[in-house]
Amino acid sequence: MSSVEQIPILKIGDCLLVSIQVDMHDRLALALQDDLTKKIVTTKARGVLIDISALEVVDSFIGRMLNTIAATSRVLDAQTVVVGMRPAVAITLVELGLALNGVRTALNVDKGLALIRNLIDAGDGVDRREG
Amino acid sequence: MVSSATVIPTLIEKYHQQLLTEWTQLQERSTGGKARATATELAEQSRKFLTELRVGLQNGAVENVDGPAWDSTRSVLDEVSRQRVLQGFSPSETATFVFSLKEALFNLLRQEFGRNPEQLANEIWVVTLLLDRLGLYTTELAQRNREEVISRQQQEILELSTPVVQLWEGVLALPLIGTLDSSRTQTVMESLLEHIVESGAEIAIIDITGVPTVDTLVAQHLIKTISAARLMGADCIISGIRPQIAQTMVHLGLELNVVSKATMADAFALALRRTGKAVVKRAESASAAS
Repeated sequence: MSSVEQIPILKIGDCLLVSIQVDMHDRLALALQDDLTKKIVTTKARGVLIDISALEVVDSFIGRMLNTIAATSRVLDAQTVVVGMRPAVAITLVELGLALNGVRTALNVDKGLALIRNLIDAGDGVDRREG
Repeated sequence: MVSSATVIPTLIEKYHQQLLTEWTQLQERSTGGKARATATELAEQSRKFLTELRVGLQNGAVENVDGPAWDSTRSVLDEVSRQRVLQGFSPSETATFVFSLKEALFNLLRQEFGRNPEQLANEIWVVTLLLDRLGLYTTELAQRNREEVISRQQQEILELSTPVVQLWEGVLALPLIGTLDSSRTQTVMESLLEHIVESGAEIAIIDITGVPTVDTLVAQHLIKTISAARLMGADCIISGIRPQIAQTMVHLGLELNVVSKATMADAFALALRRTGKAVVKRAESASAAS
Protein backbone atom coordinates (compact mmCIF):
# COMPACT_ATOMS: atom_id res chain seq x y z
CA MET A 1 0.00 0.00 0.00
CA SER A 2 2.59 2.48 1.09
CA SER A 3 4.85 1.48 -1.79
CA VAL A 4 2.08 2.44 -4.25
CA GLU A 5 1.67 5.88 -2.75
CA GLN A 6 4.60 7.92 -3.87
CA ILE A 7 5.15 11.56 -4.58
CA PRO A 8 6.66 12.02 -8.05
CA ILE A 9 9.91 13.95 -8.38
CA LEU A 10 10.29 15.59 -11.79
CA LYS A 11 13.56 16.75 -13.27
CA ILE A 12 13.55 20.07 -15.11
CA GLY A 13 17.02 21.00 -16.35
CA ASP A 14 19.22 20.96 -13.28
CA CYS A 15 16.25 21.39 -10.93
CA LEU A 16 13.95 18.91 -9.27
CA LEU A 17 10.25 19.66 -8.98
CA VAL A 18 8.21 18.04 -6.24
CA SER A 19 4.51 18.79 -6.37
CA ILE A 20 2.64 17.54 -3.34
CA GLN A 21 -0.93 16.87 -4.43
CA VAL A 22 -2.11 14.45 -1.75
CA ASP A 23 -2.56 14.73 1.97
CA MET A 24 0.83 14.27 3.57
CA HIS A 25 0.98 11.70 6.29
CA ASP A 26 4.13 11.19 8.24
CA ARG A 27 5.35 8.02 6.52
CA LEU A 28 4.87 9.59 3.10
CA ALA A 29 6.86 12.58 4.28
CA LEU A 30 9.74 10.38 5.40
CA ALA A 31 9.65 8.45 2.10
CA LEU A 32 9.73 11.71 0.15
CA GLN A 33 12.70 12.90 2.18
CA ASP A 34 14.58 9.67 1.32
CA ASP A 35 13.65 9.67 -2.38
CA LEU A 36 14.52 13.32 -2.81
CA THR A 37 17.93 13.00 -1.20
CA LYS A 38 18.80 10.06 -3.44
CA LYS A 39 17.52 11.86 -6.52
CA ILE A 40 19.57 14.96 -5.76
CA VAL A 41 22.68 12.84 -5.65
CA THR A 42 21.92 10.78 -8.78
CA THR A 43 20.83 13.75 -10.94
CA LYS A 44 23.39 16.21 -9.53
CA ALA A 45 20.51 18.70 -9.20
CA ARG A 46 21.34 22.25 -8.18
CA GLY A 47 17.85 23.28 -7.14
CA VAL A 48 14.80 21.72 -5.51
CA LEU A 49 11.34 23.20 -5.93
CA ILE A 50 8.64 21.99 -3.55
CA ASP A 51 5.13 23.00 -4.56
CA ILE A 52 2.67 22.84 -1.68
CA SER A 53 -0.16 24.82 -3.27
CA ALA A 54 -2.51 21.83 -2.97
CA LEU A 55 -1.85 21.39 0.75
CA GLU A 56 -4.59 22.76 2.95
CA VAL A 57 -3.06 21.52 6.16
CA VAL A 58 0.59 21.73 7.08
CA ASP A 59 1.33 20.47 10.57
CA SER A 60 4.51 20.79 12.57
CA PHE A 61 5.82 17.48 11.22
CA ILE A 62 5.54 18.58 7.59
CA GLY A 63 6.99 21.94 8.60
CA ARG A 64 10.00 20.19 10.08
CA MET A 65 10.28 17.96 7.01
CA LEU A 66 10.53 21.05 4.80
CA ASN A 67 13.26 22.40 7.05
CA THR A 68 15.14 19.08 6.97
CA ILE A 69 14.90 18.78 3.19
CA ALA A 70 16.28 22.31 2.84
CA ALA A 71 19.15 21.55 5.18
CA THR A 72 19.93 18.23 3.48
CA SER A 73 19.93 19.74 0.00
CA ARG A 74 22.15 22.58 1.20
CA VAL A 75 24.68 19.96 2.26
CA LEU A 76 24.43 18.45 -1.24
CA ASP A 77 24.86 21.91 -2.83
CA ALA A 78 21.27 22.31 -3.98
CA GLN A 79 18.99 25.27 -3.24
CA THR A 80 15.51 24.52 -1.90
CA VAL A 81 12.56 26.79 -2.55
CA VAL A 82 9.08 26.13 -1.17
CA VAL A 83 6.38 27.61 -3.41
CA GLY A 84 2.64 28.14 -3.41
CA MET A 85 1.92 28.23 0.30
CA ARG A 86 -1.65 29.25 1.01
CA PRO A 87 -2.35 32.26 3.26
CA ALA A 88 -4.16 30.14 5.84
CA VAL A 89 -1.25 27.71 5.97
CA ALA A 90 1.25 30.55 6.36
CA ILE A 91 -0.73 32.00 9.27
CA THR A 92 -1.01 28.60 10.94
CA LEU A 93 2.71 27.95 10.63
CA VAL A 94 3.53 31.35 12.12
CA GLU A 95 1.12 30.75 14.97
CA LEU A 96 2.80 27.38 15.55
CA GLY A 97 6.10 29.21 15.80
CA LEU A 98 7.46 27.52 12.65
CA ALA A 99 8.77 30.38 10.55
CA LEU A 100 10.83 27.97 8.38
CA ASN A 101 13.79 30.29 8.62
CA GLY A 102 16.11 27.90 6.81
CA VAL A 103 13.81 27.60 3.80
CA ARG A 104 13.49 29.99 0.89
CA THR A 105 9.99 30.69 -0.36
CA ALA A 106 8.30 32.02 -3.47
CA LEU A 107 4.73 32.71 -4.45
CA ASN A 108 4.48 30.30 -7.37
CA VAL A 109 6.52 27.83 -9.45
CA ASP A 110 7.48 30.54 -11.97
CA LYS A 111 8.95 32.80 -9.34
CA GLY A 112 10.48 29.86 -7.54
CA LEU A 113 12.37 28.77 -10.68
CA ALA A 114 13.58 32.33 -11.25
CA LEU A 115 14.75 32.51 -7.64
CA ILE A 116 16.65 29.21 -7.94
CA ARG A 117 18.25 30.41 -11.17
CA ASN A 118 19.41 33.58 -9.39
CA LEU A 119 20.73 31.65 -6.43
CA ILE A 120 22.64 29.19 -8.60
CA ASP A 121 24.11 32.00 -10.69
CA ALA A 122 25.16 33.90 -7.58
CA GLY A 123 26.63 30.73 -6.12
CA ASP A 124 28.61 30.06 -9.29
CA GLY A 125 29.94 33.61 -9.24
CA VAL A 126 31.28 33.08 -5.75
CA ASP A 127 32.81 29.78 -6.77
CA ARG A 128 34.62 31.35 -9.71
CA ARG A 129 35.99 34.15 -7.58
CA GLU A 130 37.23 31.65 -5.05
CA GLY A 131 38.78 29.45 -7.73
CA MET B 1 -55.26 42.19 40.47
CA VAL B 2 -55.67 45.91 40.59
CA SER B 3 -55.17 46.44 36.92
CA SER B 4 -58.51 44.98 35.86
CA ALA B 5 -60.33 47.67 37.81
CA THR B 6 -58.17 50.54 36.62
CA VAL B 7 -59.87 53.56 35.10
CA ILE B 8 -56.66 54.97 33.67
CA PRO B 9 -57.49 54.16 30.02
CA THR B 10 -60.71 56.12 30.28
CA LEU B 11 -58.90 58.96 32.01
CA ILE B 12 -56.25 59.08 29.33
CA GLU B 13 -58.89 59.21 26.66
CA LYS B 14 -60.86 61.90 28.45
CA TYR B 15 -57.94 64.19 29.29
CA HIS B 16 -55.72 63.28 26.33
CA GLN B 17 -54.96 66.85 25.32
CA GLN B 18 -54.40 68.12 28.86
CA LEU B 19 -52.07 65.23 29.69
CA LEU B 20 -50.14 65.70 26.49
CA THR B 21 -49.56 69.40 27.05
CA GLU B 22 -48.47 68.94 30.65
CA TRP B 23 -46.23 65.99 29.81
CA THR B 24 -44.51 67.81 26.92
CA GLN B 25 -43.84 70.77 29.20
CA LEU B 26 -42.39 68.46 31.86
CA GLN B 27 -40.15 66.82 29.29
CA GLU B 28 -38.88 70.14 28.06
CA ARG B 29 -38.15 71.21 31.63
CA SER B 30 -36.35 67.94 32.48
CA THR B 31 -33.98 68.20 29.55
CA GLY B 32 -32.87 71.53 30.99
CA GLY B 33 -33.73 73.65 27.99
CA LYS B 34 -31.30 71.93 25.64
CA ALA B 35 -33.95 70.68 23.30
CA ARG B 36 -32.10 68.14 21.24
CA ALA B 37 -35.30 66.66 19.90
CA THR B 38 -37.39 69.19 18.05
CA ALA B 39 -40.69 70.23 19.65
CA THR B 40 -42.82 68.79 16.87
CA GLU B 41 -40.98 65.49 17.01
CA LEU B 42 -41.41 65.34 20.77
CA ALA B 43 -45.12 66.14 20.57
CA GLU B 44 -45.61 63.50 17.88
CA GLN B 45 -43.75 60.85 19.85
CA SER B 46 -45.61 61.72 23.04
CA ARG B 47 -48.98 61.59 21.34
CA LYS B 48 -48.23 58.19 19.80
CA PHE B 49 -46.96 56.78 23.08
CA LEU B 50 -49.96 58.00 25.03
CA THR B 51 -52.36 56.47 22.51
CA GLU B 52 -50.55 53.14 22.49
CA LEU B 53 -50.31 53.19 26.28
CA ARG B 54 -54.06 53.43 26.48
CA VAL B 55 -54.50 50.58 23.97
CA GLY B 56 -52.02 48.46 25.93
CA LEU B 57 -53.80 49.11 29.20
CA GLN B 58 -57.12 48.15 27.71
CA ASN B 59 -55.85 44.88 26.24
CA GLY B 60 -53.11 43.67 28.53
CA ALA B 61 -52.11 43.31 32.13
CA VAL B 62 -49.75 45.81 33.76
CA GLU B 63 -47.71 42.93 35.17
CA ASN B 64 -46.84 41.65 31.73
CA VAL B 65 -45.42 44.45 29.59
CA ASP B 66 -43.41 41.91 27.58
CA GLY B 67 -46.61 40.27 26.36
CA PRO B 68 -48.16 40.60 22.89
CA ALA B 69 -50.77 43.09 24.10
CA TRP B 70 -47.99 45.66 24.58
CA ASP B 71 -46.32 45.09 21.22
CA SER B 72 -47.39 48.40 19.70
CA THR B 73 -46.44 50.33 22.86
CA ARG B 74 -43.02 48.75 22.84
CA SER B 75 -42.54 49.48 19.17
CA VAL B 76 -43.12 53.20 19.85
CA LEU B 77 -40.46 53.01 22.57
CA ASP B 78 -38.16 51.14 20.18
CA GLU B 79 -38.39 53.95 17.71
CA VAL B 80 -37.94 56.68 20.31
CA SER B 81 -34.92 55.06 21.89
CA ARG B 82 -33.22 54.27 18.57
CA GLN B 83 -33.65 57.83 17.45
CA ARG B 84 -32.37 59.23 20.73
CA VAL B 85 -29.28 57.02 20.72
CA LEU B 86 -28.43 58.26 17.25
CA GLN B 87 -28.90 61.83 18.48
CA GLY B 88 -26.49 61.17 21.33
CA PHE B 89 -28.86 61.01 24.29
CA SER B 90 -27.69 59.12 27.38
CA PRO B 91 -29.74 56.09 28.52
CA SER B 92 -31.17 58.00 31.49
CA GLU B 93 -32.17 60.91 29.28
CA THR B 94 -33.94 58.46 27.04
CA ALA B 95 -35.73 56.83 29.97
CA THR B 96 -36.84 60.27 31.17
CA PHE B 97 -39.20 60.24 28.21
CA VAL B 98 -41.26 57.60 30.03
CA PHE B 99 -40.63 58.65 33.63
CA SER B 100 -41.70 62.24 33.08
CA LEU B 101 -45.18 60.99 32.26
CA LYS B 102 -45.53 59.93 35.90
CA GLU B 103 -45.83 63.44 37.24
CA ALA B 104 -48.43 64.38 34.66
CA LEU B 105 -50.48 61.28 35.38
CA PHE B 106 -50.18 61.71 39.17
CA ASN B 107 -51.44 65.27 38.89
CA LEU B 108 -54.39 64.07 36.86
CA LEU B 109 -55.17 61.29 39.34
CA ARG B 110 -54.97 63.67 42.29
CA GLN B 111 -57.36 65.98 40.51
CA GLU B 112 -59.80 63.10 39.86
CA PHE B 113 -59.61 61.08 43.07
CA GLY B 114 -58.48 63.69 45.58
CA ARG B 115 -61.33 62.75 47.87
CA ASN B 116 -60.97 59.03 47.57
CA PRO B 117 -57.56 58.12 49.02
CA GLU B 118 -57.96 54.39 48.55
CA GLN B 119 -58.62 54.53 44.85
CA LEU B 120 -55.98 57.21 44.46
CA ALA B 121 -53.42 54.88 46.03
CA ASN B 122 -54.54 52.00 43.86
CA GLU B 123 -54.34 53.95 40.64
CA ILE B 124 -50.99 55.48 41.57
CA TRP B 125 -49.67 51.99 42.20
CA VAL B 126 -50.82 50.87 38.74
CA VAL B 127 -49.21 53.87 37.06
CA THR B 128 -45.98 53.44 38.99
CA LEU B 129 -45.76 49.77 38.17
CA LEU B 130 -46.46 50.30 34.52
CA LEU B 131 -44.23 53.29 33.91
CA ASP B 132 -41.35 51.81 35.90
CA ARG B 133 -41.43 48.71 33.77
CA LEU B 134 -41.67 50.64 30.54
CA GLY B 135 -38.92 52.97 31.74
CA LEU B 136 -36.63 50.06 32.50
CA TYR B 137 -37.45 48.58 29.13
CA THR B 138 -36.48 51.86 27.48
CA THR B 139 -33.19 52.03 29.37
CA GLU B 140 -32.37 48.50 28.33
CA LEU B 141 -33.25 49.32 24.76
CA ALA B 142 -31.13 52.45 24.80
CA GLN B 143 -28.20 50.47 26.11
CA ARG B 144 -28.65 47.74 23.56
CA ASN B 145 -28.88 50.28 20.76
CA ARG B 146 -25.71 51.92 21.99
CA GLU B 147 -23.87 48.63 22.09
CA GLU B 148 -24.98 47.97 18.54
CA VAL B 149 -23.65 51.34 17.45
CA ILE B 150 -20.36 50.70 19.23
CA SER B 151 -19.85 47.22 17.82
CA ARG B 152 -20.69 48.43 14.33
CA GLN B 153 -18.16 51.22 14.65
CA GLN B 154 -15.53 48.78 15.94
CA GLN B 155 -16.10 46.59 12.92
CA GLU B 156 -15.82 49.59 10.64
CA ILE B 157 -12.61 50.75 12.27
CA LEU B 158 -11.21 47.25 11.93
CA GLU B 159 -11.97 47.19 8.24
CA LEU B 160 -11.07 50.77 7.49
CA SER B 161 -7.75 50.77 9.20
CA THR B 162 -6.17 47.88 7.35
CA PRO B 163 -5.97 48.81 3.69
CA VAL B 164 -3.42 47.12 1.46
CA VAL B 165 -2.26 49.41 -1.31
CA GLN B 166 -0.48 48.41 -4.47
CA LEU B 167 2.34 50.91 -5.01
CA TRP B 168 3.82 49.36 -8.09
CA GLU B 169 3.82 46.07 -9.92
CA GLY B 170 5.06 43.62 -7.32
CA VAL B 171 5.19 46.16 -4.49
CA LEU B 172 2.48 46.36 -1.83
CA ALA B 173 2.18 48.90 0.97
CA LEU B 174 0.45 48.27 4.28
CA PRO B 175 -0.03 51.52 6.18
CA LEU B 176 -0.85 50.55 9.75
CA ILE B 177 -2.87 53.01 11.80
CA GLY B 178 -3.74 52.55 15.45
CA THR B 179 -2.73 50.03 18.05
CA LEU B 180 -1.94 46.51 16.89
CA ASP B 181 -3.77 43.97 19.02
CA SER B 182 -4.19 40.27 18.33
CA SER B 183 -7.46 40.49 16.44
CA ARG B 184 -6.25 43.35 14.27
CA THR B 185 -3.00 41.56 13.54
CA GLN B 186 -5.05 38.62 12.35
CA THR B 187 -7.07 40.83 9.98
CA VAL B 188 -3.96 42.65 8.76
CA MET B 189 -2.13 39.40 8.16
CA GLU B 190 -5.02 37.83 6.30
CA SER B 191 -5.63 40.79 4.02
CA LEU B 192 -1.90 41.21 3.32
CA LEU B 193 -1.52 37.54 2.39
CA GLU B 194 -4.64 37.62 0.21
CA HIS B 195 -3.25 40.61 -1.65
CA ILE B 196 0.13 38.95 -2.06
CA VAL B 197 -1.58 36.01 -3.75
CA GLU B 198 -3.76 38.26 -5.89
CA SER B 199 -1.08 40.64 -7.10
CA GLY B 200 1.89 38.29 -7.00
CA ALA B 201 3.84 40.89 -5.05
CA GLU B 202 7.38 40.14 -3.97
CA ILE B 203 7.84 43.07 -1.62
CA ALA B 204 5.53 44.41 1.06
CA ILE B 205 6.23 47.71 2.79
CA ILE B 206 4.76 47.86 6.28
CA ASP B 207 4.44 51.48 7.31
CA ILE B 208 4.03 52.00 11.05
CA THR B 209 3.85 55.81 11.07
CA GLY B 210 0.33 55.57 12.47
CA VAL B 211 1.16 53.11 15.24
CA PRO B 212 1.33 55.14 18.46
CA THR B 213 3.49 52.77 20.50
CA VAL B 214 5.57 49.72 19.81
CA ASP B 215 5.97 47.41 22.79
CA THR B 216 7.03 43.78 22.92
CA LEU B 217 3.53 42.57 22.04
CA VAL B 218 3.20 44.83 19.00
CA ALA B 219 6.68 43.79 17.88
CA GLN B 220 5.67 40.17 18.28
CA HIS B 221 2.65 40.79 16.06
CA LEU B 222 4.79 42.56 13.47
CA ILE B 223 7.24 39.66 13.44
CA LYS B 224 4.38 37.23 12.89
CA THR B 225 3.08 39.24 9.96
CA ILE B 226 6.57 39.46 8.46
CA SER B 227 7.17 35.72 8.86
CA ALA B 228 3.83 34.84 7.28
CA ALA B 229 4.55 37.12 4.31
CA ARG B 230 7.97 35.54 3.96
CA LEU B 231 6.41 32.08 3.86
CA MET B 232 4.36 33.29 0.92
CA GLY B 233 7.55 34.38 -0.81
CA ALA B 234 7.29 38.12 -0.15
CA ASP B 235 9.94 40.18 1.60
CA CYS B 236 8.91 42.89 4.03
CA ILE B 237 10.37 46.32 4.59
CA ILE B 238 9.38 48.27 7.68
CA SER B 239 9.08 52.03 7.31
CA GLY B 240 7.93 54.99 9.32
CA ILE B 241 9.59 54.20 12.62
CA ARG B 242 9.49 57.49 14.53
CA PRO B 243 12.60 58.53 16.49
CA GLN B 244 10.93 57.95 19.83
CA ILE B 245 9.73 54.51 18.82
CA ALA B 246 13.20 53.63 17.53
CA GLN B 247 14.61 54.52 20.95
CA THR B 248 11.94 52.53 22.76
CA MET B 249 12.60 49.52 20.58
CA VAL B 250 16.32 49.64 21.31
CA HIS B 251 15.64 50.05 25.04
CA LEU B 252 13.34 47.03 25.01
CA GLY B 253 15.86 45.08 22.98
CA LEU B 254 13.38 44.45 20.17
CA GLU B 255 14.77 43.15 16.91
CA LEU B 256 12.51 42.77 13.91
CA ASN B 257 15.19 41.15 11.73
CA VAL B 258 14.06 42.96 8.60
CA VAL B 259 15.23 45.93 6.62
CA SER B 260 13.77 49.08 8.06
CA LYS B 261 13.71 52.52 6.51
CA ALA B 262 12.85 55.83 8.07
CA THR B 263 10.25 56.86 5.53
CA MET B 264 7.91 55.19 3.12
CA ALA B 265 9.70 56.96 0.25
CA ASP B 266 13.03 55.34 1.17
CA ALA B 267 11.36 51.98 1.48
CA PHE B 268 9.72 52.40 -1.90
CA ALA B 269 13.03 53.36 -3.50
CA LEU B 270 14.59 50.21 -2.05
CA ALA B 271 11.68 48.11 -3.26
CA LEU B 272 12.07 49.48 -6.79
CA ARG B 273 15.80 48.80 -6.72
CA ARG B 274 15.21 45.23 -5.60
CA THR B 275 12.68 44.60 -8.35
CA GLY B 276 15.15 46.00 -10.85
CA LYS B 277 13.36 49.25 -11.56
CA ALA B 278 14.35 52.86 -11.15
CA VAL B 279 12.68 56.23 -11.09
CA VAL B 280 14.54 58.66 -13.36
CA LYS B 281 14.06 62.29 -14.12
CA ARG B 282 12.86 62.94 -17.63
CA ALA B 283 15.18 64.76 -20.01
CA GLU B 284 14.69 68.55 -20.28
CA SER B 285 13.47 68.45 -23.86
CA ALA B 286 10.94 65.73 -23.16
CA SER B 287 9.42 67.55 -20.21
CA ALA B 288 9.33 70.81 -22.17
CA ALA B 289 7.57 69.10 -25.06
CA SER B 290 4.89 67.69 -22.79
